[in-house]
Amino acid sequence: MGATHLPSTEFDGTGLDDQLEAEAEAALGEPAAEMVQLLGPDGTLGTDSVFSEYAQRLDAEKLRGFYADMAAIRRFDQEATALQRQGQLALWVPLTGQEAAQIGSGRASQPQDYIFPTYREHGVALTRNVDLAELLRQFRGISNGGWNPKDTNFHLYTLVLAAQTPHAVGYAMGIQRDQRLAEANGLAESGTAEPKAAVMVYFGDGASSEGDVHESMVFASSYNAPVVFFCQNNHWAISVPTAVQTRIPLSNRAKGYGFPGIRVDGNDVIAVHAVTEWALEHARQGNGPVLIEAFTYRVGAHTTADDPTKYRESSEEALWRAKDPLERLEKYLRSEGMADDAFFEQVTADGNELAAYIRKSTYESDAPDIRTAFANTYVEAHPLVAEELAWFEDYSAGFAGEDAAEGAGN
Amino acid sequence: MTTMTIAKAINEGLRATLSNNPKSLLMGEDIGPLGGVYRVTDGLIAEFGADRVVDTPLAESGIVGTAIGLALRGYLPVCEIQFDGFVFPGFNQITTQLAKMHSRSSGNLTVPVVIRIPYGGGIGSIEHHSESPEALFAHTAGLRIITPSNPHDAYWMIQQAVACQDPVIVFEPKRRYWLKGEVDTGAAGLAEDPFKAHVVRGGTDATVVVYGPLVPVALAAANAAEEDGRSVEVVDLRSISPIDFDTIEASVKKTGRLIVAHEAPTFGGIGGEIAARISERAFHSLEAPVIRVGGFHMPYPVAKVEEDYLPDIDRILEALDRTFTY
Repeated sequence: MGATHLPSTEFDGTGLDDQLEAEAEAALGEPAAEMVQLLGPDGTLGTDSVFSEYAQRLDAEKLRGFYADMAAIRRFDQEATALQRQGQLALWVPLTGQEAAQIGSGRASQPQDYIFPTYREHGVALTRNVDLAELLRQFRGISNGGWNPKDTNFHLYTLVLAAQTPHAVGYAMGIQRDQRLAEANGLAESGTAEPKAAVMVYFGDGASSEGDVHESMVFASSYNAPVVFFCQNNHWAISVPTAVQTRIPLSNRAKGYGFPGIRVDGNDVIAVHAVTEWALEHARQGNGPVLIEAFTYRVGAHTTADDPTKYRESSEEALWRAKDPLERLEKYLRSEGMADDAFFEQVTADGNELAAYIRKSTYESDAPDIRTAFANTYVEAHPLVAEELAWFEDYSAGFAGEDAAEGAGN
Repeated sequence: MTTMTIAKAINEGLRATLSNNPKSLLMGEDIGPLGGVYRVTDGLIAEFGADRVVDTPLAESGIVGTAIGLALRGYLPVCEIQFDGFVFPGFNQITTQLAKMHSRSSGNLTVPVVIRIPYGGGIGSIEHHSESPEALFAHTAGLRIITPSNPHDAYWMIQQAVACQDPVIVFEPKRRYWLKGEVDTGAAGLAEDPFKAHVVRGGTDATVVVYGPLVPVALAAANAAEEDGRSVEVVDLRSISPIDFDTIEASVKKTGRLIVAHEAPTFGGIGGEIAARISERAFHSLEAPVIRVGGFHMPYPVAKVEEDYLPDIDRILEALDRTFTY
């Protein structure tokens, strides 16, 4: 309703994708990127000449785990949204619709890999064992991070879009140097070398337009850095559709940099896992970077401050809800006899328990103290910081009597 | 003691850094076989190899951004930005990422990146090659900024910058790259404090605070003033962030008059910050208002008129004349 002034193609849902595909094919003179899909929206498992092999390695327990992870992070998302509505969080960035892209890729990473997220990667955080209560600290305004990246190899969220992409490439260049140093020291032969590692960096279709993505891909390609660029194309950069960021499938851009680009159905957790596992191993083995475009959809708002009814039709959201990542895996698990009602009831119960933990932790979280900001601005002693802190302490001490008097009055 | 130019002193400082810290590495445009456009990294790639002296793609944001990633992995990157005016494609990485990483990680992460920037004018160059953008970085908490004015400081300050656990920007006075001086490479230089100002000429009647390329100019002005019977103290600031206000305050409490000179425009500059702080700290010692000498509020002008733009001996002498009218 509110969006009738916009071209109708904006609201054709998959129609727009098809149109762009046709335009891209015409421009490229060859078929645009094919999308890897193993588990279709109807819950049946298809085949792929390269990636079926990876899917076959997944046993029932792994698949149930994927489902439990996706359900947990969706429940977490609902709880965080509710906490924002209650005024407990300043802002929330929902991920609903992108669970498969995040759980599938995160579960394909290994502990020695290092992950750079943007700010919507709550699902990836779960796979890296980040305490989800700590993750909310940033959105509650009590920390600009919330967790120690060294504990989980999951970096802090970065809010300046794409700024983390060169960090990822630099980190990967460090891994390369570590390996060469280990080889030079004979550690590789002696078997005492660290397991080979790669870096994975997340960004979106909107951030793909940032210059830092381009510079990162140039550096990664030039130095053959072990990095996987994981782009979640969720179709909307706040209110602007992907068509404004790119007229060809984003995965095709990799070709211009000279490394593989793969488009995968981002709502198919099995395919995302397979493709990411392949890409990370490709990078770890010294074969260079890979771009993965996970074709998915942000079913909810950009943030709790956003209003999608102003720029897109609910019919488009309905189209994508029909491709829901959880529903299709549930269908598959049930049809294969890998999970029964009891399993799904347990998942729901676990989700509610997680939500209760999140609520409790948020209510009980410590108030921050500006003294920690003074302490953490620099590593080494700094005369200006010391002078300003001393002034602040002196100034604050001047109110001590008043506080006591107020307390007594109450 | 060895005599060498500032460029050679930085080269030797970098060589010492690469020799002493296996995790240190240099990165930048044309710093490999060419040795950088000013030859500051001359010969280093032959000695330390392409893993330690990295010719990068032509992308300043990429240089600083990948340096941050390398630092997160435990490396000590020293980035060269080719010219002052070309740092701005990397400004976002420096101010929003590098400066804040330690703070936003609650102290869990450190990013000891060093960024070398040749700066300042007086070389008759074309647009974007003669600027002094130090105030833009000084305004950003989390960064440290130093600038050597002589070969001895150049040799040691680059090594001190690498040893510092905070990000450090080293502004190198490009028109003084060929200035020769004594370097004491045997000194326990690493233990010296790079963030402390030095009184480079004693005096009793007025204080002139300068840094980088203007230090020789201020010394020449002080010598000229001496002929008029005025005893001028010259302070080489050395560190632009933090600023060693204690040394300036002590000097002003002795002389009662303060002039701050830099090539950067005076508006919103380092001189204004020093004027404000010293007004607070030494109000009753000041015989005259603090006078700033600097560039005008305009984009750096074309080379044929840069002489009219840059503070020179006469501009500092004029400021001295003014301070003595109070």
